[in-house]
Amino acid sequence: MSGAGGVRVQREAFDLGAELEAFEAATSGAGAMVSFTGIVRDDAGGRLDRMEIEHYPGMTERALEKIRADAMKRWDLAGALIVHRHGALRPGEWIMMVATAARHRKAAFAAAEFLMDYLKSRAPFWKKEYTSDGAEWVAAKEEDEAALTRW
Amino acid sequence: MIDVLYFAWVRERIGKPREAVETQATTVADLVEELKKREPRYAAAFADVSALRVAVDQELADFSTPLSGAREVAFFPPMTGG
Repeated sequence: MSGAGGVRVQREAFDLGAELEAFEAATSGAGAMVSFTGIVRDDAGGRLDRMEIEHYPGMTERALEKIRADAMKRWDLAGALIVHRHGALRPGEWIMMVATAARHRKAAFAAAEFLMDYLKSRAPFWKKEYTSDGAEWVAAKEEDEAALTRW
Repeated sequence: MIDVLYFAWVRERIGKPREAVETQATTVADLVEELKKREPRYAAAFADVSALRVAVDQELADFSTPLSGAREVAFFPPMTGG
């Protein structure tokens, strides 16, 4: 694996501040760091109890490694980090994060967007929302698939 | 013998996360046809394959992908990461 960062798939919560500090330390001198964090959103008007995220152990790690490697190849990055949780998450909990570091902000922003676009529809995660009305799988969005065509 | 895995609502509809399948299928589509003949719940899960995605040995694949030497085939709905 080239560059700082890497990929992690975990059930436990992560500490965004600590992750960014460690990533920044590992890419020190890069000059620019961008991060994105996905947070469980209650679209059910306060009735969302939890979101359960299922994944495909083995394939998930491979898919994330590939997405990360593609970003590292495409932009001149000092590093790229992907952390994605699975299991039960409550509204407001951090689901996942990406961070990228580069000499200039444009590459760092673009690479972070690329990571997110591919994570959405090419990493084997599935979300199920549990509300007071029952449970429902979150459907994939056509716009997420369409987002890949810009790369 | 191929390990067949199901995720998300495909898993729920079929009622198990994985099973070992003795098959002579040469493509993913052939395997789907064999599974559909097993029981109504398989036929229901595979009724509309355009709503499904497939991975062969943990790489995204197509229904026309050959199964020669494949150890693991997984069926699931479109992914919703991030």
